[in-house]
Amino acid sequence: MSDFKLRRSLLYVPGNMPSMLQNIPIFDCDAVIIDLEDAVPMSEKDAARHLVKRFLSTYTDRNKELLVRINPLDSRWGYEDLKVVLPAMPDGIRLPKADTPEIVERLDTLLTEFEEELDVEIGRFRVLPSLESALGIINATGIANSSQRIFALAFGAEDYTASMEIERTKGGEELFNARTRVLWAAKAAGIQAIDTIFADVGDMEGLRAETELAKRLGYTGKCLVNPRQIEVVHDVFAPKQAEVDYALQVIEAIQRARLLGTGVIALGGKMVDAPVVKRAARVLRTAYAHGMVDTLIDEEAIHGVQ
Amino acid sequence: MAFNSLGREIPESYAGRKLVPYRDPYALVPQGNLAARALRRVNPGASKRLASLREAIEASGLGDGMTISTHHALRNGDHLLNAVVAEIAAMGLKGIWIASSSVHPVHAEIIPHIRSGVIAGFQCGVNGLIGELASRGALACPIVVRSHGGRARAIAEGSVRIDVAFIAAPCCDEYGNMNGYYGPSACGSLGYAQTDALHAACVVAVTDNLVPFPAAPISIPQTLIDYVVTVERLGDPAKIVSTTTRITTDPVGLLIANYASQVIEASGLLKDGFSFQTGSGGISLAVSDKVRSAMRRGNIRGSFGCGGITGYFVGMLEEGLFASLMDVQCFDQEAVRSIGKNRAHQEIGADLYANPFNAGAMVNRLDCVILGATEVDTSFNVNVNTESNGYLLHNTGGHSDTAAGARLSIIVAPSIRGRLPIVKDRVTTVTTPGETIGVVVTERGIAVNEKHGELKEELIRRKLPVKEIGELQREICKITGTPRPLEFEDDVVAIIEYRDGSIIDAVRRVKD
Repeated sequence: MSDFKLRRSLLYVPGNMPSMLQNIPIFDCDAVIIDLEDAVPMSEKDAARHLVKRFLSTYTDRNKELLVRINPLDSRWGYEDLKVVLPAMPDGIRLPKADTPEIVERLDTLLTEFEEELDVEIGRFRVLPSLESALGIINATGIANSSQRIFALAFGAEDYTASMEIERTKGGEELFNARTRVLWAAKAAGIQAIDTIFADVGDMEGLRAETELAKRLGYTGKCLVNPRQIEVVHDVFAPKQAEVDYALQVIEAIQRARLLGTGVIALGGKMVDAPVVKRAARVLRTAYAHGMVDTLIDEEAIHGVQ
Repeated sequence: MAFNSLGREIPESYAGRKLVPYRDPYALVPQGNLAARALRRVNPGASKRLASLREAIEASGLGDGMTISTHHALRNGDHLLNAVVAEIAAMGLKGIWIASSSVHPVHAEIIPHIRSGVIAGFQCGVNGLIGELASRGALACPIVVRSHGGRARAIAEGSVRIDVAFIAAPCCDEYGNMNGYYGPSACGSLGYAQTDALHAACVVAVTDNLVPFPAAPISIPQTLIDYVVTVERLGDPAKIVSTTTRITTDPVGLLIANYASQVIEASGLLKDGFSFQTGSGGISLAVSDKVRSAMRRGNIRGSFGCGGITGYFVGMLEEGLFASLMDVQCFDQEAVRSIGKNRAHQEIGADLYANPFNAGAMVNRLDCVILGATEVDTSFNVNVNTESNGYLLHNTGGHSDTAAGARLSIIVAPSIRGRLPIVKDRVTTVTTPGETIGVVVTERGIAVNEKHGELKEELIRRKLPVKEIGELQREICKITGTPRPLEFEDDVVAIIEYRDGSIIDAVRRVKD
């Protein structure tokens, strides 16, 4: 599924902390993942999901994508999480321990049932599976294609290293293969890839280095554990001015080409065709989100009336 | 009772003084001359040294009903005011007024002496328990809250007459020359004490670090000092200055700081010659940090940093981002270290800092000041004196002075504090009139006073979350609910003087 929605920063917010939930609207991350899983102690599982439901139903002026990380479906809380939270209309579910396509399919089925019950469009609730074990990484391709609801694959390094019985390092060499495999699966399925959290909130240089690595590999976003990390991540994912200038030229060139009735045109001696245009469009959308260009690029302007 | 121009009910008189209700920030014109005191003569060979505080009090001629002062550069580490009051009590004096530059929580020790009638009242604001007890009706003593500039004005014009000033002098010689730069109780600038030294009828220097004559550099000269007393300790060094003042790590605070710095950039003031003041709070420092980055990026050379000085501003001075610092008080060790060795780090007195009744104070030359608030209202009036419980807990400091002086005053505050909204229909107490406030920055939006229309347009153009202040209030109250208003009795426990001496508000006893 082609999806140009910008998801550079997905901020975790504990579902049992009213003081943090109330601040969700103010931070300029692209998405939040309200956590009912690891951040919430067992004794607060029930209270947290009701708190999250109340928060979501009062948060009417939504200014970012809202995901809820439920407990695993095979836990005693997973189903109940869905049942309580979905009527408050989150945008999607972050599914932990998505080790196999079957697990995602099961969630897909449940979501469909809830959508019918709630009388909302089938497919409304999206899914972000977490690949966070050796098994999940191996199954990445199958998982990526297991549901139409999936808009991205998320790599979870903390659980992954635990499953591998290894230490996570700041260099991240031990993650390289898994990171790449998640990317291949995502790109092959035409969806986004979201990198893992960087846990040391005091180390902005380390965060920057890891985010730069993820961006170079092909990740388009990163999960965050603290709002202070948003600025660095957005800065890394911000296109360079030269990239933006070039993208603007590409779009202008392809519009000219369309008037001439062709899909290919030369720009500065280089060929501009569909993949180049696609990349340029992505750069411009990102640039718009960063306030680097004033208007959002119009699909029709790029592709013509379909 | 009369209402001032902000609709605040002001008593006709207070503690035997007829009050002038506040009208506006700039119009009141002073009458008369500077207050004078008796000439003195100290002949060669005479000694100013006395053996104890007791001897100094006796020599000063302090009597019942008179007024004493200390300065607050030792902040919550100060031992001197407590020691002086204890000595006064031991001597059996009654009805003494305190006109210190501020009173801190450490001075709760004098509460029994208020109850026993040794201390009659305060010609200054108070921080902490004294104000709380007064607000609850548990302590009967008049309190006249003044800004730093307002205090300098009141003393210079003679509406407050200090009979004996006790000046804690961290580095002092036997003839009274002093500075605050060196010694175990080093506090840096003695800016607030300068006013006292100039105007008090009798001036006693108290030191725990008597150095060979002359104590140089001289902040306050021997010509103003009548007596010199040594004591064991002036204060607790750990509480005099902070070891370091730190930038907040709270994401909400950082977001506020980020918005505030963008407001400064959008204001057009951030260019060569920029002058700036912030407090020492975590959000203020975070704003300074952002401003510093912006100055580096733009290769901007500022003119001066002002006010209470932190190591942060020292860093900016040393980096060349400011040409000088105008320091009325040092907030941390780094500032103390700097003022003792850098000529561009200039000590200034409270008169030069902020007095509205002279030929122009430093605050008049400020481009931008960052200030805090306990409450703001929809007319941009700001409260820093009382808390949401109605208790008088904080002194004004330089709040209303800098707001009136600076071209742009920016309030930074979280929108919700202790589950209560910070923006209200009407602040509990007006410290600083809304007319002198430019922008209120919270994490939920930025409200711009209508007199800064151009800035507002620019902020909108830069896609910052600009909101009408009423809209901001509604948004906050949607989360917090609207708190039930506090209830007060009629009796006035303190008055809040505006910097020009008119009365901007009265603090009343909180209903049980």
